[in-house]
Amino acid sequence: MAIEIEQPSVGLSKVAVSETHGEDSPYFAGWKAYDENPYDESNNQSGVIQMGLAENQVSFDLLEKYFEEHSEASSWGKGAPGFRENALFQDYHGLKSFRQAMANFTEQIRGGRAKFDPDRIVLTAGATAANELLTFILADPGDALLVPTPYYPGFDRDLRWRTGVKIVPIHCDSSNNFQVTPQALEAAFQCAESMNLKVRGVLITNPSNPLGATIQRSVLEEILDFATRKNIHLVSDEIYSGSTFSSSEFISIAEILEARDYKNSERVHIVYSLSKDLGLPGFRVGTIYSYNDKVVITARRMSSFTLISSQTQHLLACMLSNKEFTENYIKTNRERLSKRYDMIIKGLKNAGIECLKGNAGLFCWMNLSPLLEEPTKEGELALWKIILNEVRLNISPGSSCHCSEPGWFRVCFANMSEQTLGVALERIHKFMEQRKRKET
Amino acid sequence: MLSSKASCNSHGQDSSYFQGWQVYEKNPFDEVENPTGIIQMGLADNQLSFDLVESWLRKNPDAMGLKKDGESVFRELALFQDYHGLPAFKNELVEYMAKIRGNKVKFDPNNLVLAAGATSANETLIFCLADPGEAILLPTPYYPGFDRDLKWRTGVEIVPVHCSSSTGFRITMLALEEAYQRSTQKLNLKVKGVLITNPSNPLGTTMTMDELNHLITFAIAKNIHVISDEVFSGTVFDSPGFISIIEDAMDRNLENTDVWSRIHIVYSLSKDLGLPGFRVGMIYSNNETVVSAATKMSSFGLVSSQSQYLLSNMLANKKFTSKYMKENQKRLKKMKEMLVSGLKKSGIDCLKGNAGLFCWVDLRHLLSSNTFEAEKELWKKILCEVGLNISPGASCHCTEPGWFRVCFANMSQATLQVAMQRIKDFVERSSCTGIGNISNYQQNMYSLSRKLLGNWVRKLSSVDRDEQER
Repeated sequence: MAIEIEQPSVGLSKVAVSETHGEDSPYFAGWKAYDENPYDESNNQSGVIQMGLAENQVSFDLLEKYFEEHSEASSWGKGAPGFRENALFQDYHGLKSFRQAMANFTEQIRGGRAKFDPDRIVLTAGATAANELLTFILADPGDALLVPTPYYPGFDRDLRWRTGVKIVPIHCDSSNNFQVTPQALEAAFQCAESMNLKVRGVLITNPSNPLGATIQRSVLEEILDFATRKNIHLVSDEIYSGSTFSSSEFISIAEILEARDYKNSERVHIVYSLSKDLGLPGFRVGTIYSYNDKVVITARRMSSFTLISSQTQHLLACMLSNKEFTENYIKTNRERLSKRYDMIIKGLKNAGIECLKGNAGLFCWMNLSPLLEEPTKEGELALWKIILNEVRLNISPGSSCHCSEPGWFRVCFANMSEQTLGVALERIHKFMEQRKRKET
Repeated sequence: MLSSKASCNSHGQDSSYFQGWQVYEKNPFDEVENPTGIIQMGLADNQLSFDLVESWLRKNPDAMGLKKDGESVFRELALFQDYHGLPAFKNELVEYMAKIRGNKVKFDPNNLVLAAGATSANETLIFCLADPGEAILLPTPYYPGFDRDLKWRTGVEIVPVHCSSSTGFRITMLALEEAYQRSTQKLNLKVKGVLITNPSNPLGTTMTMDELNHLITFAIAKNIHVISDEVFSGTVFDSPGFISIIEDAMDRNLENTDVWSRIHIVYSLSKDLGLPGFRVGMIYSNNETVVSAATKMSSFGLVSSQSQYLLSNMLANKKFTSKYMKENQKRLKKMKEMLVSGLKKSGIDCLKGNAGLFCWVDLRHLLSSNTFEAEKELWKKILCEVGLNISPGASCHCTEPGWFRVCFANMSQATLQVAMQRIKDFVERSSCTGIGNISNYQQNMYSLSRKLLGNWVRKLSSVDRDEQER
């Protein structure tokens, strides 16, 4: 046998070794600190409280109750065909009953103000997969998507990493509550053009992460008009649509389209997921709803790479078809989130901290700019480190969300008990008192 | 308006492989309701051993009910989206994988990355190993889905390694070298790796030690990766046994050499356990960078925690897995033998196989000419006249016309008998001349199916039909 001569290791792909997965940002560094010293009500009261994770844990009891009382959702009934049919089912159209249930559920969330056709729903393993998949379909490598800032840090990976597509930010600032303006849209478009990037679409998150606020009707109209003028796509990530604090304030792009009789709708695509509203991120349930036939067909075929477990589709088809359950859940979830929001806003106000006026989501957008040593990204990160290490709260710095104004932070409130939130607010209060004393 | 990926044909759905499906869907065989319908023999599903899984489920309601020792773990599972996967599940998977390999290999759960099916695992690996425009060598014939899985979104090219019946479709060093030269010299494509399926789809054979040795030697010489898709490793029912490429590498004491970090395995629970709906696939690699990148990429295709929990419980029951493996293999062997002997009675030979859910059948003698056009004609005849949906070799990129993949594990014995009888009748008819020998029933089915096929072929580009896997 020949002697095997050692050769230098063959390279991996550029994608594999790039940093575009984004995991070296502070957004993720804070997690590390939390993992090493996690707060626990009984066992580690001085640990780091995780306020950087947008999870909804306030309504689990409702889900657990349903699950307990409806064993048919988690089993397959008495007969043999149930299980085997389900275990074999890998059709990328997805279970019809599940798509129907999703259509009904998303209509309910919008108070019946929009209608959804189950045959336009494409299933994916989470919104993470849905956003990436849409990007693959709507843009070529090197093209650009316009995204309003501040935005969810995960987009840097989801929209860019494997697709090779670029994000060009639409800059928003506190002068008008971070709303998107026609000027900002146009500026972003020009910026892309000057970099020789072909703009393929705008991606908005409504309700917004990290702002915790719904987009106003007039702004949605402007964005849709802009997309139509430039002949580009509009993706509306509506994963927090069921997490609004009142039932009437959220306006989906679907409503705008319906009011316009679906004119120019073939450029619009809606992303949804059960990870936020229903608090089920582990089950990997995302959807794409598109008004464009070719996108629906292509997305469906592509979803082969990211199908939802048929076991999970079956469970959720049962649960979301149960009108009694869904109506009660949507209503109760809203009330509880609203209550949490009031609690944190009040607590922060007592500590002398202002937040952006919010009406949705699992977090608030907190303004700590008065506390910055210098009004820069470095100043913000310095403050963030103090809050992480001294106050022991993991919150997300605005710079990780590409916010152009330093000093804003996203603070999550729905992934913990009320008691833990109380502890966090006490710590913030103490911290602010100490700073006041230092200054006098 | 859409990307070039959206407009291209790399998703592969316009091939005959999928056409046959469409015709089947319009007239599916049912033992009771539609005994003259088309029998689906183009779907590599394992439906032989569900009763064993169902029996386990009945005895273990906690696994389905998301309970542990009577206490609900619903909340933890509902929140669990860690891309490292459920630790208990990965521990069970590596043990199960080792068991399939006769415990001759030990796997580290930290080197295992979960994905939503092998479809997702294969694509993820390609994203990690090759840049757009680079090439992966693939021995022919190969699973038609690879055209989509490996190329579509990755932009990577497939360069076939031609294997022929003269060498029993075995991979030879010559064939590998020829493909490499063709790729680099003629097509100007940089080769990053070779992907093998072992046991092979569509051949239904396990790779020999010689083949594995060639592949490793080749990978060392060319400094490229080897991906070994071992999704059928649990379906080996006859001798010679299954040898994984990783075993061969160990035998050659390559653990501390460079090539060790260039060998990657793909596995899934869709074939041997018959659970394609639950989307459980995985990548195993000794390459830290690959594991790290693939883990992050798995965010785009995580396995539902509900299914991870159910299956980790099932695989933890060693008595169950031992019983399942033994019984499943027995049943696969029986069906295979039925198919082979049934075909033999009709004067039809198969490639000698010991694994998989299908047979590689030699119908060259029934071709009107040694061409792919004749193969397509024969395929249509078998679909429409005989009422069997089988997969033509051309759809698997076979270089020789006349070979077909015929699945046997997705039906009952009774159905398989019906299929065998139909083939016998067809062969007998084919050896006589004149149309008068076609019975009334066959005539009706012939015209109905012909009409359906015609309609579907015409509507091909606008039809959106699901393609079932492998």
